Amino acid sequence: MLDIKKIREDFPILKRQVNGKPLVYLDNAATSQTPQQVIDAIVDYYQNYNANIHRGVHTLSQEATDKYEQARLKIQKHFNAAKSYEIIFTSGTTHSINLVANGFSSLIKKGDEVIVSAMEHHSNIVPWQMLCERTGAVLKVIPMNLDGELLMDVYEDLLSDKTKLVFCNHISNALGTINPIEEIIEKAHAVGAAVLIDGAQATPHLVADVQALDVDFYTCSAHKICGPTGVGMLYGKEEWLNKLPPYQGGGEMIAEVTFEKTTYADLPHKFEAGTPNICGGIAFGAALDYMNAIGFEEIAKYEHELLEYATQELLKIEGLKIYGTAKNKTSVISFNIEGVHPYDMGSILDKLGIAVRTGHHCAQPIMDFFKIPGTVRASFAFYNTKEEVDVLVQGVLKAKSMLL
Amino acid sequence: MPKLLIGIITCCNFVQNKAMEIKEIQEEIIDEFSMFDDWMQRYEYMIELGKSLPLIKEEFKTDDNIIKGCQSKVWVHAELEDNKLVFTADSDAIITKGIIAILIRAFSNQKPQDILDADTEFIDEIGLKEHLSPTRANGLVSMIKQLKLYAVAYQTQIEE
Repeated sequence: MLDIKKIREDFPILKRQVNGKPLVYLDNAATSQTPQQVIDAIVDYYQNYNANIHRGVHTLSQEATDKYEQARLKIQKHFNAAKSYEIIFTSGTTHSINLVANGFSSLIKKGDEVIVSAMEHHSNIVPWQMLCERTGAVLKVIPMNLDGELLMDVYEDLLSDKTKLVFCNHISNALGTINPIEEIIEKAHAVGAAVLIDGAQATPHLVADVQALDVDFYTCSAHKICGPTGVGMLYGKEEWLNKLPPYQGGGEMIAEVTFEKTTYADLPHKFEAGTPNICGGIAFGAALDYMNAIGFEEIAKYEHELLEYATQELLKIEGLKIYGTAKNKTSVISFNIEGVHPYDMGSILDKLGIAVRTGHHCAQPIMDFFKIPGTVRASFAFYNTKEEVDVLVQGVLKAKSMLL
Repeated sequence: MPKLLIGIITCCNFVQNKAMEIKEIQEEIIDEFSMFDDWMQRYEYMIELGKSLPLIKEEFKTDDNIIKGCQSKVWVHAELEDNKLVFTADSDAIITKGIIAILIRAFSNQKPQDILDADTEFIDEIGLKEHLSPTRANGLVSMIKQLKLYAVAYQTQIEE
């Protein structure tokens, strides 16, 4: 059993008031809050060993390099990657996806096919559209049903020897659906296609074992798992990372430079041009330490309880409809009240100190699919409580009475 | 404040003296809002105002007249009557509609030059500042820009 009261003590921000009310933070799918342990790691870096890494012989640089590389090892261990150099530090999921999409430009030709799912964050669709524009490849989409589940039989039909890459999120940010990525990966491999899984929404709730999954690329952002913004990771199988050309040119990614020719550094540095987010990387490691100390199994169990309770209580409200009712879903509830615009609902909930996301959640194709302008999305983390669910339900009722 | 009173004030809003200047109307709005004790009353009033907004004619509710905010859609239309600009508008979100109603009440039936010279600080004074923040994705900031653009266009027309 998690001691939620004690866990909440770790998060200074949860003590603050918003609009005169205690903050009820239910926008965890957008970004998670930061525990003191991670804040301390950030402060420690700047107070004690701030230096550029991989190049200085002085002590501070050595210390910073050690800590940064230790963080890489923590990430490797967490995702069970075979080699530490298969973990590339990036600025986050979007950067990782662009890195892969850009790299595939040289591996894909006209007429080849790239498959994405219908429930992607729309910023994640763009890199593949750009890849297809550059190469003349064709973008195919795995559709979903009204519960927000991918139609796996259609996926199978889409796959062929033309398929070069499949991209799908592990968990949908707008609907909370946990996608059957094992099956997606296995079927893609059967036709020789590579698979990139966006784990941004999954990493806070479960541990992905990249070797067990046999996934080719997996990515996540630190700020969704109690870490800072602006840092994330890309896991890539060694053979794939070697096949991809470097994404950005700059310092640290080169072995030798003359004006005639440059040879690139080995993995992972080939993909880490310039001075990285050193502090961010170290804090990313600290965030994984923090969450692992609590334990992902306990976190998942508790969040599932919150999800079930919140679903049950919200559905008692007349006129409330939940979008995303997949059997296998995480602690995200997207909903609307009939006749109420999500923006209005969000504005009033904000006045009550309740932070939810409103709008299309950067997943316009999903909103178009349901023919709605957007939804109100409450997303729960392990530090949320049933009492906060009650505050949300009361807030929704209050807003409903004001708006209708 | 009782709901009935809110209703009465709302009804009177758009029957204002056409000779009033923007600044006077803004002060009148500030006065009205000063009667409310808390945000809920202000919001309830604003929602009522939204319901009484002079609606844009359906024929003008085109994609050309749409101001896309990230979350709520806003339509606005302007016509020149006796050298004064008359605005009509709509939105799919009721709180946004309420703020539009307040803005239009201040800016409609005014000379284009006066609209150009006017500011929107009264929104701050009535405690609704957050809705006009450039970071709030509701289309209102773009709408004010659009009102001013109409004023520029018609001012040029008048001068010619």
